[in-house]
Amino acid sequence: MSTPVKAPKPGPQAAKAQPARPKAPRPAPPIGTPAAAPVLTGAQAVVRALEELEVEAVFGIPGGAILPAYDPLLDSEQVRHVLVRHEQGAGHAAQGYALATGRVGVCMATSGPGATNLVTPIADAHMDSVPIVAITGQVASSAIGTDAFQEADICGITMPITKHSYLITDAADIPRVMAEAFHVASTGRPGPVLVDIPKDILNARAPFVWPPRMDLPGYRPTTQPHGKQIREAAALIAEAKRPVLYVGGGVVKSGAHAELLELAELTGAPVITTLMARGAFPDSHPQHLGMPGMHGTVPAVHALQKSDLLVSLGARFDDRVTGKLDSFAPDAKVVHVDIDPAEIGKNREADVPIVGDCKAAISAMIEAYGDPGKDRLKTWWETLDDLRGRYPLGYTDIDDGLTAPQYVIERLGALAPEDTIWTTGVGQHQMWASQFIKYEAPGTFLNSGGLGTMGFAVPAAMGAKLGQMDRTVWAIDGDGCFQMTNQELATCAIEGIPIKVAVINNGNLGMVRQWQTLFYDKRYSQTNLSTHHSEGSPRIPDFVKLAEALGCVGLRAETVDEVDAIIEQANAINDRPVVVDFTVGPDAMVWPMVPAGVSNDEILYARDVRPTFDDEEQI
Amino acid sequence: MSTHTLSVLVENKPGVLARVAALFSRRGFNIDSLAVGETEHPGVSRITIVVGVEAGSLEQVTKQLNKLIHVLKIVELEAGSSVQRELLLVKVRADAATRGQVIAAAELFKARSVDVTPDTVTFEVTGNSDKIEAFLEVLEPFGIKELVQSGTVALGRGAKSMASLSRYVSPNS
Repeated sequence: MSTPVKAPKPGPQAAKAQPARPKAPRPAPPIGTPAAAPVLTGAQAVVRALEELEVEAVFGIPGGAILPAYDPLLDSEQVRHVLVRHEQGAGHAAQGYALATGRVGVCMATSGPGATNLVTPIADAHMDSVPIVAITGQVASSAIGTDAFQEADICGITMPITKHSYLITDAADIPRVMAEAFHVASTGRPGPVLVDIPKDILNARAPFVWPPRMDLPGYRPTTQPHGKQIREAAALIAEAKRPVLYVGGGVVKSGAHAELLELAELTGAPVITTLMARGAFPDSHPQHLGMPGMHGTVPAVHALQKSDLLVSLGARFDDRVTGKLDSFAPDAKVVHVDIDPAEIGKNREADVPIVGDCKAAISAMIEAYGDPGKDRLKTWWETLDDLRGRYPLGYTDIDDGLTAPQYVIERLGALAPEDTIWTTGVGQHQMWASQFIKYEAPGTFLNSGGLGTMGFAVPAAMGAKLGQMDRTVWAIDGDGCFQMTNQELATCAIEGIPIKVAVINNGNLGMVRQWQTLFYDKRYSQTNLSTHHSEGSPRIPDFVKLAEALGCVGLRAETVDEVDAIIEQANAINDRPVVVDFTVGPDAMVWPMVPAGVSNDEILYARDVRPTFDDEEQI
Repeated sequence: MSTHTLSVLVENKPGVLARVAALFSRRGFNIDSLAVGETEHPGVSRITIVVGVEAGSLEQVTKQLNKLIHVLKIVELEAGSSVQRELLLVKVRADAATRGQVIAAAELFKARSVDVTPDTVTFEVTGNSDKIEAFLEVLEPFGIKELVQSGTVALGRGAKSMASLSRYVSPNS
């Protein structure tokens, strides 16, 4: 076991129970004047702008074209650069930092392959509306378009997956572009912004005017909802007999969890939280029905199907939630609140469209709500409570002598310190982490929802931990995902970022295998990763040895009896990263499940078990 | 499928046309024609897009376009309340025997002859797409050697303009 090279540095953010809201724009100080401005190189201007923008962490890797920017970075006392091992890790770390702190995450890479390695996290941030700014070096202006060494048109490549992008052509533009990039990334519907800077621009000298005058005449996000629509929505909620508050990631992004709680308790309506909104409403709250969608709870899925009013709050009617769209919630009117007007009516027609920030919209709805009492919801709750009683989330042990993966995740949740932040990869372990860990606060469950990026967990945990150094950060990962990005554990060990990783090791690409079990007649094509110890499998790699090689503590739990003790042991280590290899059975499946492309009414509680909705006549 | 003409004011910045075109292809919208040029203000360009969309998705097109940071304003120009024009250059076979008929036909469409050779005449004509189509039908029997058409450009009728561009122009640009 190696010792960390650096002692853990205190995080830039003090511990908080909940992530900070994205900062409200500060009142604009007087615009700077060129006459008084110091003359800096483009590289110095980039670093100075990062300092002015109160950036505390940048994740990246230097290379030829971005090299000038790394020189002044060495002298910055404010900006901490974390040298990652792969640019994808830098991008996901910036996402994890942004999600855990509510601030803009920053990643930096060189031109060509450095920039293209950022494509996956940029796409991920675009799908899940995560505010990140990616700064890339570009070949010199004169070489652009000549297929120069390490040239890639990264602005062109990322055009469909960025909220906005810049190719800087004049060093004097750097302060304005940096300010605009941070503003665009963090306001309205948040998202990734790319700033591509040719090497000659980084070396050129220009006055550094701060604060710069932003020039965004076409960018005016609507945050204040329309009063008439709000009153209409409030009236519909007051009339509805089977209302549902369908809560998405927008509630977390706008920091509207307190308002949501108030609205829910005021109206008495059931609440469901999507994968991106887990934690926006406390799991312990009696009005919470859990997650909707393909692996949602029976009560949540059924509530949507039978609802007469969906109040969609920062959610986007994703196909993993709606199932077959034309049979989704057939009797429901829809109130749709979103800060992005393009989401409203995209997949499902809205009866009451409300463009605005969730926090403002929910507050206004509370204000406008004339309380009719909760008696009319009695039958609705009887139906839902009956379903909750009969179809709780659960699992049955599989008689294979191996630990049930759901049990491991349940125990991780039960034994974790308060305020633990969880990240996951993508697949079965992600669904189980959503189902079997109880989330009480927003910003505690960070995962890749829209893009479904395997390998998200470890680098996102690194970014989250750096942003919230005083909190425990557990990455729940699969053996497939873990092998995509685990090199960032070296970064964590050297930089003093002690994350914890639980590898739910079933030796397989579990979710793919589940589909092969269910839909491909158990023909297991290319899903066995041989990371398991069973059936003479070679166990390559050995995750304990790998962890140790990467400067982490490596632990393993092979039997049910060991699980608790190993988790406690991992929880007690706070001076370096820990990896626990939990050997679990490969045959466990994620239930409930709505098979792809069918109606949500076809939900299966377990294999071949369709719930009975015998009260359908009454509601 | 229905056809709509959108007039889109954009900041005159590098890559803005690529962003608009890329958005159409990414979201699966179909561009029938596209024309772009500067406006009365050099900082602002106008893109006129004729788009074929399924019922209901025009709103999605404009909402997605509006999300582009460089897009300033979008207006749909209805055929009845706007002037819509295309430009056609067409090279028609016309020798000594047929030249008279060809030119007579062109005059009916107020087409101008802009180049003449012993075997061909090239015409320039503007009009809406119906007129252009009708003109081409008339020329067809003579033999069209080649042609080029511009995208539609359009302006709303009446005294009002689509937007006062000065509000989009920052003092330091």
